[in-house]
Amino acid sequence: MIEIKGLTKRFGKKTVVDNVTAKIQPRTITSFIGPNGAGKSTLLSMVSRLLDADTGDVLLDQTSVKKWKSDRFAKRVSILKQSNYLNVRLTVRELVSFGRYPYSKGRLTDEDEKFVDQALEYMNLTDIQDQFLDELSGGQRQRAFIAMVIAQDTDYILLDEPLNNLDMKHSVQIMKILRKLVDELGKTVVIVLHDINFASVYSDRIVALKNGKLVKDGPTHEIINSKALREIYDMDIPIHEQNGCRICVYFNSHTHAN
Amino acid sequence: MRNNSTKLIILAVIAIIFILLYGFYDIKGGFDYAFPRRMIKVGAMVVTGIAIAYSTVVFQTITQNRILTPSVMGLDSMYEVVQTLIFFFAGATSVWVVNKYLNFSVAIIAMVLFALLLYRFLFRADKYPIFLLLLIGMILGTLLGNFVTFLQVLIDPVEYLSLQNLLFANFSKVNGDLLLFAAIILLIAFIYGFRIMHKLDVMNLGRENAINLGVNYDRMMMNILILSSVLIATATALVGPITFLGLIVANLAYQLFATYKHIILILGASLISVIALVGGQFLLEHVFELRTTLSVIVNFVGGIYFIYLLLKESRAAG
Ligand SMILES: Nc1ncnc2c1ncn2[C@@H]1O[C@H](COP(=O)(O)OP(=O)(O)OP(=O)(O)O)[C@@H](O)[C@H]1O
Ligand SMILES: [Mg+2]
Repeated sequence: MIEIKGLTKRFGKKTVVDNVTAKIQPRTITSFIGPNGAGKSTLLSMVSRLLDADTGDVLLDQTSVKKWKSDRFAKRVSILKQSNYLNVRLTVRELVSFGRYPYSKGRLTDEDEKFVDQALEYMNLTDIQDQFLDELSGGQRQRAFIAMVIAQDTDYILLDEPLNNLDMKHSVQIMKILRKLVDELGKTVVIVLHDINFASVYSDRIVALKNGKLVKDGPTHEIINSKALREIYDMDIPIHEQNGCRICVYFNSHTHAN
Repeated sequence: MRNNSTKLIILAVIAIIFILLYGFYDIKGGFDYAFPRRMIKVGAMVVTGIAIAYSTVVFQTITQNRILTPSVMGLDSMYEVVQTLIFFFAGATSVWVVNKYLNFSVAIIAMVLFALLLYRFLFRADKYPIFLLLLIGMILGTLLGNFVTFLQVLIDPVEYLSLQNLLFANFSKVNGDLLLFAAIILLIAFIYGFRIMHKLDVMNLGRENAINLGVNYDRMMMNILILSSVLIATATALVGPITFLGLIVANLAYQLFATYKHIILILGASLISVIALVGGQFLLEHVFELRTTLSVIVNFVGGIYFIYLLLKESRAAG
């Protein structure tokens, strides 16, 4: 279990993440939502020890992430950042193979290759696995990075806006794969999403941030309602129920000036 | 990959040919006299070349750029400062100069300390843009250079001549025992390098990806900065500064091998470096029969290449 305890981060005088406490429930998809600049990425960076917190702590299985050995932690928790720039020229397969580094330390075994093959297949990349990343479209590249994280085969998978650049078909496909990872393989997924309909339809729980503060944390059905969404986004968002899914129709909705 | 192994083999063959040529070509009269001297000189070129190439490649990996090198960041100027200070305060006949081992060790230690101090400020988690770092390096270099010139004016002219001798890269002046010492440092660096080869590959993906994949990034960064400065300091203390060699050979290796694998990049850059030094020196001495030192030519060509890389980078950025 991952527990976030009173986490605070300041950049200069600005408090970007403000005393956030939350628990990530195992075997669920938890969506982090909230306006731009709310602190979602910063929070995720601290959970995955890319960034040090000013105060507070993150515990993985009751042990502070700072006390975990780097290589053991990398077999438990993986993160995909919001934007990924590489200084080196790699093929899709080479990038995805790096996901096996925590296990292989650079020498891939047959089992590692199997994980790579599977991750490539999940992300529909098998056909283009030998192409260079800089020759791909933005969405294809994004999928390659997601495949790397999947190949890493960790219990916890943290994804910061993984649907960036993706078309509808691939977005849906990826959400379904994440569901499968959770339901069949018992993984735990934390995902930052801007399209709240993806959060509504595919996630078990939703955590909402606003101005660095945690404003909502609960099961999806408790958050996807006009009242809660108004608190988070300052917008009136009507909700339609369709085939048991709650769809937020946020076009044309009124914004509240505050 | 197979292709790259072939390239490595070809480079190795060329390097060996040049080494043999340099050792045996036109060796008249006292073979027993000339041959060992030539071997020491070739040994100095090989050790320096490899140390500079190796140091530059790993430095560029962890600083995520292809323009900055330890030499460009002011390490070479620091070497001049150390030697000038020694001459200024202790004098050319003092034990600090006369005792080669002492002089060598002091130079290495001072440069490594300077490098670590510098890097502590420059390479932290929140990255400064390359051009700012470059600017800082240049300013620092100029500042140290001026300081050196100032002190040199005050030094006795006769002592100044022997200082000059230390400050220009020159393979002929190398002392056999120091060469052995430098070779041992290089060997240890290579043993360490083979152990962290794959970590370097991962670090090439940038800090965040590397941490995600379980590399203890900040500690590795420190270790590799130390490794890189020890290597460059050793090379410089052995023969004198060859500022732009690392830049050229590292970038040629990236282009020639087009891979992320450090085992190939480091070996490739090292071989290119050896070829450039030994081959260049051979051509210079025996074909063109010139008296210029090679480092002058390397710096001239390297300087132009440096400007080319800068222009390319700024065009890519803008
Ligand atoms: N390295 C940094 N230095 C200074 N300020 C920063 C830094 N990183 C983030 N911030 C600030 O912290 C705030 C939160 O940023 P963060 O990236 O966590 O937001 P976010 O919720 O992920 O937003 P988005 O939806 O746009 O991705 C922003 O106001 C941003 O300007
Ligand atoms: Mg973000």
